[in-house]
Amino acid sequence: MPNSQEVESKGVAWEYEGFELVVGLEVHTELKTRSKLFCSCANEFGKTPNTNVCPICLGLPGTLPVLNKQVVELAIKIGLALNCNVRKSTFHRKNYFYPDLPKGYQISQYDLPINSDGYLDLPSGSRVGVVRAHIEEDTGKISHMGASGRMDKSAYSLIDYNRAGVPLTEIVSAPDIRSPEQAREYVQELRQTLVALGVSDGRMEEGSLRVDANVSVRPIGSDELRTRCEIKNLNSLRSLVRAIDYEGKRHVKLYQRGESPVQETRHWDEARQRTGSLRSKEEANDYRYFLEPDLMALAPSESLVEKIKGEIVDTPKKRREFLKDALRGEDMSDQIEKAIDFDLYPFVSYAIEQGVAPRLAVARTANELAALVFDAKHLTKERFVEVLRLEDSKEISPSQAKTLLLKVAEDDRSIEEIVISLDLKKADVSETEELVLRVKDDSPKEWERFLEGQDQLIGFFVGKVMKLSSGKADGALVKDILLQLRAESK
Amino acid sequence: MDQVDLLKMDASSLSDFIREGSASVVDVAKAVIAQIETKDPDIRAFLHFDAKALLEQAERIDQRITSKGPSGRLLGVPVALKDNMVTSNMPTTAASKILEGWMPPYDATVVKKIVDEGALVVGKTNLDEFAMGSSTENSAFQTTRNPHDLSRVPGGSSGGSAAAVAAGMSTLSLGSDTGGSIRQPAALCGVVGVKPTYGYVSRYGLIAFASSLDQIGPFARTVGDAALLLEVISGHDPMDATSIRGERPSLSDLSDKGVETLRIGVLSELLDNCSQEVRERVELAAQLLAERGAKVETVSAKAVTLGLSAYYVIAPAEASSNLSRYDGVRFGLRADRSSLSEMFLATRTDGFGDEVKRRIMLGTYALSSGYYDQFYSKALATRDLIRSEFERVYRDFDILLGPTSPTTAFRVGEKAQDPMAMYMNDVCTIPSNLAGHPAMSVPFGTDSSGLPIGVQLLGPMMSEPVLFQVAFEVERLASEVSEVKDA
Ligand SMILES: [Zn+2]
Repeated sequence: MPNSQEVESKGVAWEYEGFELVVGLEVHTELKTRSKLFCSCANEFGKTPNTNVCPICLGLPGTLPVLNKQVVELAIKIGLALNCNVRKSTFHRKNYFYPDLPKGYQISQYDLPINSDGYLDLPSGSRVGVVRAHIEEDTGKISHMGASGRMDKSAYSLIDYNRAGVPLTEIVSAPDIRSPEQAREYVQELRQTLVALGVSDGRMEEGSLRVDANVSVRPIGSDELRTRCEIKNLNSLRSLVRAIDYEGKRHVKLYQRGESPVQETRHWDEARQRTGSLRSKEEANDYRYFLEPDLMALAPSESLVEKIKGEIVDTPKKRREFLKDALRGEDMSDQIEKAIDFDLYPFVSYAIEQGVAPRLAVARTANELAALVFDAKHLTKERFVEVLRLEDSKEISPSQAKTLLLKVAEDDRSIEEIVISLDLKKADVSETEELVLRVKDDSPKEWERFLEGQDQLIGFFVGKVMKLSSGKADGALVKDILLQLRAESK
Repeated sequence: MDQVDLLKMDASSLSDFIREGSASVVDVAKAVIAQIETKDPDIRAFLHFDAKALLEQAERIDQRITSKGPSGRLLGVPVALKDNMVTSNMPTTAASKILEGWMPPYDATVVKKIVDEGALVVGKTNLDEFAMGSSTENSAFQTTRNPHDLSRVPGGSSGGSAAAVAAGMSTLSLGSDTGGSIRQPAALCGVVGVKPTYGYVSRYGLIAFASSLDQIGPFARTVGDAALLLEVISGHDPMDATSIRGERPSLSDLSDKGVETLRIGVLSELLDNCSQEVRERVELAAQLLAERGAKVETVSAKAVTLGLSAYYVIAPAEASSNLSRYDGVRFGLRADRSSLSEMFLATRTDGFGDEVKRRIMLGTYALSSGYYDQFYSKALATRDLIRSEFERVYRDFDILLGPTSPTTAFRVGEKAQDPMAMYMNDVCTIPSNLAGHPAMSVPFGTDSSGLPIGVQLLGPMMSEPVLFQVAFEVERLASEVSEVKDA
């Protein structure tokens, strides 16, 4: 791995009173699997509390965990995309008591994680090391009822175990990050990578992506690693940036006063915009890690790893480059960021490959398709391209194209049939004849001249008919009718 | 129909008898109820027994016979369950106050399997709390007595299941064996007890004590019955990730194979630890097996003597973690307190007995940072050493022979206040659990006071067929010896 410290982040370099930041991030991401990590409960959200549970994820006596194979595949996918070594790994128990932890221990990976020693290249050019990306189970959700929202002051607490046993991957970066902006860029790029792979929703505000930051500082030019604090409760990129900045400055001020920070877990207080002590190392749990006896070692076969390698889609970086090249410098970066999503990118790349104008393909993907792709039962890549072609060739208008896309997504009839049913199709012969007759009546002088043989007036009448039909009439057909009427009038 | 006769039959004869229509399952249930009502007030083997529910269960099996035919390998055969196996229609307590009255929402895999074969589930039997003990005195609810001498213990931790079969209150029963908890009570109660290869029988629905050591196995009065029950409960289970894949060999048809050409080693380290009378019995068994054509030799495997100390680190370590879920939050006992930590503390203080607390503390200590390397790592290394020592010995021998328990049944209360003396009971049985190997205890006569003695057969991974082949021979030899003695 090249030395990432030589590369400057694109963001503002952080420097404070002669100190620089040393930051490592721990990112937890929920994996989009069909079922939970160790049982067959569905991996889904929004259900009534404690209805998506079973004896296993409730940790009832006598139950045993059985590893979900899909989790392993998704974790390997993440590892490969982050350039990690994928290797034989084991599961450990992390023991501690908390009401949201059903078994009194969390099954996680400890000394032998499934993925290790990788890196992530950021768009601005820097590289951040990835120490490990391992599998573990999520806990339930506890809500403390009462004014303060803290357990010790609340009247009672409610626990929802629907989330217990949901599969997570914890991605631990090396302490390579030197500024709050670089931390933001890392999380954004990691998020895009996970979303592009289709393994995570990547929604930070909803908790499907959670970030903890390990922050320390050191005099610029030094390579020491000083005491770090772990900051939790970073619910948005904004809080991440602010918390790292705040915490770095706090450390510098302590050193300037001749004091040192204490190694501890701190909590980002959104309201007060500051970090506060949560628990110090002395009070920290001794997790008593030991090998999980209910699970065998996990040794993914080479053929499985190869198979997953084959499924690895392009990285966000490659996708971005493809779209930028296709757009030839036209600035659509916001739409590009949307279009490189796991579910969307296959549509946009296919459309461009099929010759649809890249600008149109990116715009329809990022705007209309993004809004409806999750419910789009009948929207295949091929049908998407068919609609775009109609718009591209001006056979339908942009607003008709948007209407058509919505309809095509939920209607399994052919595009042609849908176009007809929505009355988007070209006018037929009798309709066209009627239109031509109306135009003739509206412009008797021009009609006379046309009958006299002035063929340049054909264009005039075709244009009139097209306008009257809102583009539905077929120009060639209009011309035929005009000539036929002239012949009949003689 | 004499009711007692039904309970004296072996399991396959009894199910044949029912299949032929010579008795109904309700007849069997009535016999069981009569026997339990006579015997159990003294023996106290059952934690849960409901006569009315048993009759209803029997009626349902009889109805099934009428509507679907008399199928099932355990048709109408009474089977008692150690109360650490989860049942959806009977409370499951692990003999602990912390689970008193708990009605599980599911059935253990072994329970489903025996019910599928038509078994009559008699009830739930007593054990040392969470299977921690060797006398069944650590039960939070009652002390079970040895049917051969009511002043003595039945052994443990599966003492209730062993006593139920020994006293004819059930034809068969299931126990669990973490360090000898099936074999030692089998020996002390004079019945057959088998601890299968780790992963041979599903652990799904067995309340965990030490997950890497626990294994469910059968109790029976005969080797053939034990083979039948083991055939029924074994097999790969997708709900247990440590369950061994593939088919299980047939065992009950090995009764006439004999022991000729088999190489049997008498494990000298196990003999060193036991009483003179037990030792003599094991040596007699060895001698008679040799007379039947086996190649018998004494063999030494020094590492097995380290088993006890490794076990009393590994088992408590796993237990300390396995028992964390009893926190008062989701099921079982909850002590009312005003804060979470006080509730945790009070629930576990009130809910667990002394031996369970002792082991949780031992295990927590052994896994703590600063002590892990000194205790837990060393215990794991010792476990590897025992495995490789066995591997070496099994290059020259098909199976090993030794005592099951160093002594015959001891008196109630005799060792209850001395944990170390109690732990020593497991010295002969622990090595097989640490190695994951199968082993079984077969009754082989009695001591001078008439208390049963068991000999233990040990084999390498998946050697159940050879173990049973020899066990059938030991059973024949035992009956011949006692006939001579009786005459
Ligand atoms: Zn579940």
